[in-house]
Amino acid sequence: MRKENIFKILLAGLFVLVSLNLNAKEAEEETTGKIDTKTGVKEFLGHHLKDSHYFTFFSDGEKGEHYGFPLPVIIWDGGLKVFLASKFHHGEELVELDGNYYKLYHSKIYKTGAEGIIEYGENGFPTNEKPLDFSITKNVIAMITVAILMFLMFWALAKNYQKRSIPKGFSRVLEPLVIYVRDDIAKPNIGPRYKKYMSFLLTVFFFILILNLLGLTPFGINVTGNIAITLGLALVTFIIVQFSGNKHYWKHIFWMPGVPVPMKIILMPIEVLGMLTKPFALMIRLFANMMAGHVVVMSLLGLIFIFQNWIASPAFFGFTLFISLIELLVAFLQAYIFTLLSALYIGMAVEEHEDHPKDHGEDIPVI
Amino acid sequence: MEIPVMVGAGLIVIGAGIGLGMIGGSAMDAIARQPEATGKIQTAMIIIAALLEGIAFAALFAV
Repeated sequence: MRKENIFKILLAGLFVLVSLNLNAKEAEEETTGKIDTKTGVKEFLGHHLKDSHYFTFFSDGEKGEHYGFPLPVIIWDGGLKVFLASKFHHGEELVELDGNYYKLYHSKIYKTGAEGIIEYGENGFPTNEKPLDFSITKNVIAMITVAILMFLMFWALAKNYQKRSIPKGFSRVLEPLVIYVRDDIAKPNIGPRYKKYMSFLLTVFFFILILNLLGLTPFGINVTGNIAITLGLALVTFIIVQFSGNKHYWKHIFWMPGVPVPMKIILMPIEVLGMLTKPFALMIRLFANMMAGHVVVMSLLGLIFIFQNWIASPAFFGFTLFISLIELLVAFLQAYIFTLLSALYIGMAVEEHEDHPKDHGEDIPVI
Repeated sequence: MEIPVMVGAGLIVIGAGIGLGMIGGSAMDAIARQPEATGKIQTAMIIIAALLEGIAFAALFAV
């Protein structure tokens, strides 16, 4: 079969999956009745934003069936315990292991008694003990997929350069992006020592970009809209910045030159705080942007089922399409901004005085 | 959500909107004055916009 045909079939499959997904949602809403539609949409949104122990393609609300596959649960509770999430039956049944009972409640695993009762504290949150959860969840699956995908893509690109100077096939798409990251992000912001950080910047750029784009597919894997993952990414940037900081960087934080001594003492804690707020802002920015995008798209889709008439449905379909296109832009923009700001922070840390001869040297007129 | 909280969220969005408008407007002016520096101006504009957006989101999440 020719390549174009395979692509067409894949595209058709994607559309079928989208329509099936919508049908399934519609069926779900119909059974719950008009009064419950709002709560139904809210629940659907909540489930979509959260990480899950199941990989669900679509659900049939009428039969109460979920089409997908369960993922392995790995918990540490006085020993490593591994089992499939299908044992939970979507939170309906308890899992008994070595005399302990575990219950899946709102996508989280709690340790319960034999009756499976979840106790609530004063603030309405469950007080049950939680075992350490190392499960391979939906997000982990997505990240592993992206890692493998990136490895294959860039391995092919690297192989291409061994044979010829101009890459072939999909590598032609990657080459300009790689050069863009090098020439427009790394070089101007890091300076002459950019080569050392290229691997990190490229990895983080493509990792975020592909995960963002994956979040827009009907699978709806909300990985970059999960604060734990953006925390991990921001932490890596933070560690790299601190470890590549030269003596000027530390001097400007703890004992900045050209400032009177009492001022230095006042400024020092502020500078230390500034060191921490940079990765914090990185974390919040990516998380909030991606989560807000998902909420907007899903809310607009949900409005179709709340209004349920012939005028609102096409209008909200159009809105959803429009917002989805904006989200496509945001997916690229957020990957770019995360990489750009990482490069900027690294650049601040590795900057030497000789890097800007024009700022300090011959161009300044001597009075 | 209570009404004061909603009003606060609205104010945050208004503030962020004004800020983004000012950044965009200044960038347009700058590009019109010096079209050859478009790339640099765009990069600076996006950095500032991202910082503003970060603050706006932080405030919205505090709400």
